[in-house]
Amino acid sequence: MQRIPEVPPGASVRCSRCNKELWRHKPDSLNRSFALTLAALVLYLIANCVPMLGLHAVGREAFTTVLGGAQQLWHDGQELVSVLVLFAAVISPALQISFLLAILIGCRRERPPFWVGLLLRHLEFTRTWSMIEVMLLGVLVALTKIADYAHVILGTAFFALFGLVFLLAAIQSTFDPREVWARVEWAESEALPAANSKPVAEVTS
Amino acid sequence: MSALNPIALEQGLQSCHGCGLLSRPAAGAEEGRCPRCDEDLHFRKPKSLERTLAYLMAAAACYIPANLLPVMVTNTAGGSESDTIMQGVVLLWSPTGWPLSLIVLFASIMIPSAKILALLYLVITVKRGSIKNNSQRVRMYRMVEIIGRWSMVDVFVDTFTVALIQLQPLMSVEPGPGLLFFAAVVVLTMLAVESFDPRLIWDSANANEIQNEVTNA
Repeated sequence: MQRIPEVPPGASVRCSRCNKELWRHKPDSLNRSFALTLAALVLYLIANCVPMLGLHAVGREAFTTVLGGAQQLWHDGQELVSVLVLFAAVISPALQISFLLAILIGCRRERPPFWVGLLLRHLEFTRTWSMIEVMLLGVLVALTKIADYAHVILGTAFFALFGLVFLLAAIQSTFDPREVWARVEWAESEALPAANSKPVAEVTS
Repeated sequence: MSALNPIALEQGLQSCHGCGLLSRPAAGAEEGRCPRCDEDLHFRKPKSLERTLAYLMAAAACYIPANLLPVMVTNTAGGSESDTIMQGVVLLWSPTGWPLSLIVLFASIMIPSAKILALLYLVITVKRGSIKNNSQRVRMYRMVEIIGRWSMVDVFVDTFTVALIQLQPLMSVEPGPGLLFFAAVVVLTMLAVESFDPRLIWDSANANEIQNEVTNA
């Protein structure tokens, strides 16, 4: 058990036992994250509407989007893998960006409502399963493989996603969940649904 | 170490997995819910070792068909040809393509097996109450946590190859049966990592230190 001291902006606090960073004081965290998240939303929308990559071969042209890839797998009888690809490349990033937006908008209020905490609690899950950077590497490998047979073209979506990877990393380094937790309205003060009847734990000072 | 920093568990305190709030269970009650974020509270992740081990065994079982069955089937006018993951790596190997070939070899073959072995080692050492190399073991856990997701790269390679090469009747590519098993290995090992509680690595060390303090006093 350790008490986290106040440190100047930019400085970080590490665990005395395992040396992991416990907290970094990120200046102007919520405003900067909000700006970056809005930019991420724009890139995400572009990336899912335009082609990812295409090819020219024997007088024919073919283009595919991220969704098209998942769709083709489904047609070929790999439904489970198709759902996984859709989840990791489309659904999780969408959840990640929309959760962040909702949290940051909620935090503009004097007292952020309870659902801000609920979304923040699940943000980590969407971050684990959104794999845009892995997908981009996969696209590069696929292109190299196909380049033997045909002339390949990188689509706009590839560059949009490339930018999105950097934006998500930037959000990661500016967003401070501790600041949100310090302001959010506590669950205990709300009337909790009867189905959730486990006793609430006591708080220590 | 424990003389300087009290351990929350020994003080009857629990930290929330959702928001990090430190709290004490209500008197006479079970672990309860977090008063701030409403998450179910636990002193340690429940049944952590058992769940990690179960996911690992499932992943190891899928690892074999994932590597033996073809992940991609190429149909041309001359007939069809199927490739396993390893054959895909060999095919990519060329004077210009070898860096990508190495990446796929690393991400698809070495990372999944290293991940299974590393987590197995962590589960066994925690189960035996080992107190050695704690910092290295925690670092190993974090490495596995960070690198693990890159195994998915082969699934995406196949997705886009299949989606793009549909030039019937000249040439078309279909996913093979190995792809499902390979995807299962990646997902199962990620779940195994998530169910392991790294604090367990330190728990046995603390238990031993307290033992020593008691016998010395």
